[in-house]
Amino acid sequence: MSEPVVEEAITRAHREEWARVVAALARRFGDLDVAEDAAAEAFATAVERWPADGVPPNPGGWLTTTATRKAIDRIRRESKRDARQEEAQMLYDVEPPQPVGPIDDDRLRLVFTCCHPALAMDSRVALTLRMVGGLTVAEIARAFLVQETAMGRRITRAKAKIKATRIPYRVPSAADLPARVSGVLAVLFLVFNEGYLATGPDTDPVRRELTAEAIRLTRLVRALMPQDGEVAGLLALMLLIEARGAARVSASGELVTLDEQDRGAWDAALVAEGHRLVRERLASGVAPGRYQILAAINAVHTSARDVRDTDWTQVVALYDQLVRIDTSPIVALNRAVAVAEMDGPEVALAAVDRLGEALAGYHAFHATRADLLRRLGRSHESRAAYDRAIELAGNTAETAYLTRRRDQLA
Amino acid sequence: MQYLVSVIAEPTDSGTPEEMAAIDVFNDRLRAERHWVFAGGLGGPDTATVIDNRSGAAVLTDGPFVESKEYLAGFWVIESPDLDVALELATAGSKACNRKVEVRPFLGE
Repeated sequence: MSEPVVEEAITRAHREEWARVVAALARRFGDLDVAEDAAAEAFATAVERWPADGVPPNPGGWLTTTATRKAIDRIRRESKRDARQEEAQMLYDVEPPQPVGPIDDDRLRLVFTCCHPALAMDSRVALTLRMVGGLTVAEIARAFLVQETAMGRRITRAKAKIKATRIPYRVPSAADLPARVSGVLAVLFLVFNEGYLATGPDTDPVRRELTAEAIRLTRLVRALMPQDGEVAGLLALMLLIEARGAARVSASGELVTLDEQDRGAWDAALVAEGHRLVRERLASGVAPGRYQILAAINAVHTSARDVRDTDWTQVVALYDQLVRIDTSPIVALNRAVAVAEMDGPEVALAAVDRLGEALAGYHAFHATRADLLRRLGRSHESRAAYDRAIELAGNTAETAYLTRRRDQLA
Repeated sequence: MQYLVSVIAEPTDSGTPEEMAAIDVFNDRLRAERHWVFAGGLGGPDTATVIDNRSGAAVLTDGPFVESKEYLAGFWVIESPDLDVALELATAGSKACNRKVEVRPFLGE
């Protein structure tokens, strides 16, 4: 078999089967460490063997079987006392899954375990990317600008806590599900945002490997929970943001705001898929959560062929709906941006100024004020606000944009 | 599996009759649902004595081993199949005693 074909097959198997292999082993052996190591060994064996033996007809099955053997070998290798412990642990976890969860899939269990609220947010993100996403520790460390050893420790600590405190490997009960799903979505959105608005001064302004990974994982969760409106909402939101990615940073590495973007450069397929999901949620007639409303707002923006065609009344109406369920000052700030288009910058500025106390350390607050003050001809105050926004902004493309805007002031 | 649920209090705190009544109700629930192992309230940090006998010549010190604003006011030891159940119980316990609580597992055999 030719090398590129085998390489392609291994890459595809890694993308499609990693989570399944880890999840199946985690359930069988009740130990994430064993599952992770055995899965990694199975993929290493595939890299060794497939070029000579050929790609097996069922790569996923082959990998799971190989990984299971590796795990059993490891457990046998360990001392008798440890082996007895493992056996006790296996008995505990090998029980048929309790029918408490409305959805039943090993991968979904893995997602909920990695995103457990007893783990710190940093740990949840790292663990999800490693166990579900299959990224290496080195890749995750690079993504979050952390030393590889520190990231390794973070993941090891999280796995140790899961084991020591006995965080269960299961889908939460229906009563707990909405809160736990929103915890999972928060992890996925954080990964997406870190790619979309990379915060490091030395990183690329948009890191597609992270946004793409977040979308891939959200698609997986959506496939596992097709009835959940917020999962669909988050996926739609990510797709509609990702669709604008190419138009969002200029050739010179400067942020291009929504009103100045070349709408022809948007990814039409992603826009269409996002719109389809938003329509599907609207048709469901179920009251939307925050991700669905945010997706709907993005759908309004991406429906306008020209910024002048934007239906601002609808955008503001959606923000009004969002403010009712999410009282965060950041939502109020974004609403004010839309209000500026409908009622003018003066009304918007009054709304923005009311948020000064809560958002004094947030760059977008100062950037929004700067823009509104500029439109009102108050150049002096606008400049000061741009200065503050530039000081606080971490994203290179955003800093470049803000600097140019400030320097254009009269 | 057993978990320690520590009750974290501040020096100005003192239990009210309403809190005591709510704790009784919670304790009854723990017993009825077979989670109960043990529980107790502790005297304040000013009642503590620290003993260091590592050298064989015991040194007694008046006061808690660590000075901090918050201190351990009491605890539950509960039996629970996993952390989710323990957290759910601790959440109810925090409400009952009207304090923050911390959950930690006992080490396995």
